[in-house]
Amino acid sequence: MAQRISVIDYGMGNLRSVSKAVEHVADSHDEVLVTDDPQLILSSDRVVFPGQGAARDCMAAISDHHLNQAVLEAAATRPFLGICMGLQVLLEFSEENEGTELLGLIPGQVRHFEKGMNGPDGRRLKIPQMGWNRVNHCNEHPLWRDIKQDSRFYFVHSYFVSPEDSALVAATTDYGINYASAIAKDNLFAVQFHPEKSADDGLQLLKNFVNWKV
Amino acid sequence: MLAKRIIPCLDVDNGRVVKGVKFVDIRDAGDPVEVARRYNSEGADEITFLDITASSDNRETIVHVVEQVASEVFIPLTVGGGIRTEEDVRRMLNAGADKVAINTAAVFNPEFVKQATSRFGSQCIVVAIDAKKVSAEGEPLKWEIFTHGGRKPTGLDAIEWAKKMVDYGAGEILLTSMDRDGTKVGFDLPLTRAISDAVTVPVIASGGVGNLQHLVDGVKEGGADAVLAASIFHFAEYSVGEAKAFMAEQGVEVRI
Repeated sequence: MAQRISVIDYGMGNLRSVSKAVEHVADSHDEVLVTDDPQLILSSDRVVFPGQGAARDCMAAISDHHLNQAVLEAAATRPFLGICMGLQVLLEFSEENEGTELLGLIPGQVRHFEKGMNGPDGRRLKIPQMGWNRVNHCNEHPLWRDIKQDSRFYFVHSYFVSPEDSALVAATTDYGINYASAIAKDNLFAVQFHPEKSADDGLQLLKNFVNWKV
Repeated sequence: MLAKRIIPCLDVDNGRVVKGVKFVDIRDAGDPVEVARRYNSEGADEITFLDITASSDNRETIVHVVEQVASEVFIPLTVGGGIRTEEDVRRMLNAGADKVAINTAAVFNPEFVKQATSRFGSQCIVVAIDAKKVSAEGEPLKWEIFTHGGRKPTGLDAIEWAKKMVDYGAGEILLTSMDRDGTKVGFDLPLTRAISDAVTVPVIASGGVGNLQHLVDGVKEGGADAVLAASIFHFAEYSVGEAKAFMAEQGVEVRI
């Protein structure tokens, strides 16, 4: 059956890349919208919440678009996929911009990679982490279907999430430390990496999301 | 562990790939979409488009190229060439580019880098640096920034310039040795090493790749986080897949 999938547009990030990738894997009858209209978002069967940029700018943009309530309600009621900043802003507090209050849906903090970390080869790790790193699944989630354990996805970020409840961690990645690169809670799934830029495995994850029966 | 990236670079003139891409099994080797699709299927980690369109009247063509490629190829895309204003950046990102490379405009107006990174985020602003060795034999090594395809010196020290651009918010440095560009004798490894050690952000090495060992050297000796090459891939001397297999054999972490 045809469904409506909304990509939330609050002016922060690569909406076109996300919507094109979702269209690529969705059924041809599905409707893929890029919108900032709370009513349209809440009339959708599935919601994708992307985002790029600094934490404070993202929070300000969500507020300017009057999206706080719609995001929280969508995240509580239907298949919801957060990507990059769309993961980070779900937590309570970020160290970015001298401290930024976030949406507070997931207890926990967003922290900066420590400066001066070294990789396994002894070389200093660059920040941001930019490129393809391994994603280690912590559980058997429907969104990991047909994606091999430790597959590589594309990351660009300087901050990482640290949820209080470790049971919410759906995947981890190593970059100087072992951190949560995906979280899952009921109908909500959120990833630090960019599935829309992660070639076949990324498309598979989006396909799994589009077909996810919560 | 994070993989080292391999990035094929395509020169695009008026919406067409130039410098004679030679793939036997591609119908139209001048079509950026077909070439990008091919590189994606070979396992390229990103693709960079360098717009060399001379006339500003035809600048719009690269926007359409990016739109078409971004609709079909789901890996990161970087666009460079002629990025001079915030509006140029916005148009490229809206078309589906993930990053833009700023080169000459950064030299003439460094504040532009600051403005662009604060408006769009460091993650999408690459500063491209064209450097040339200016120290004589026996002197301590020194490189200077050049513009206009390596013809005009600027007096800017390459290492200091790279650090400044990172302070201004650059999320990545695309470093091209103008001494090595087109020579096929390998990267300028001391230059790559010096810049990579001097900055906290990733460095892409460019200029001079003639064989697969050069790619390995760029990472192992140059300390590059990514390697960019054009002709060895275009002329099908090596596929991206072969390059990755070779690098993996040499102990470089790559995405296979």
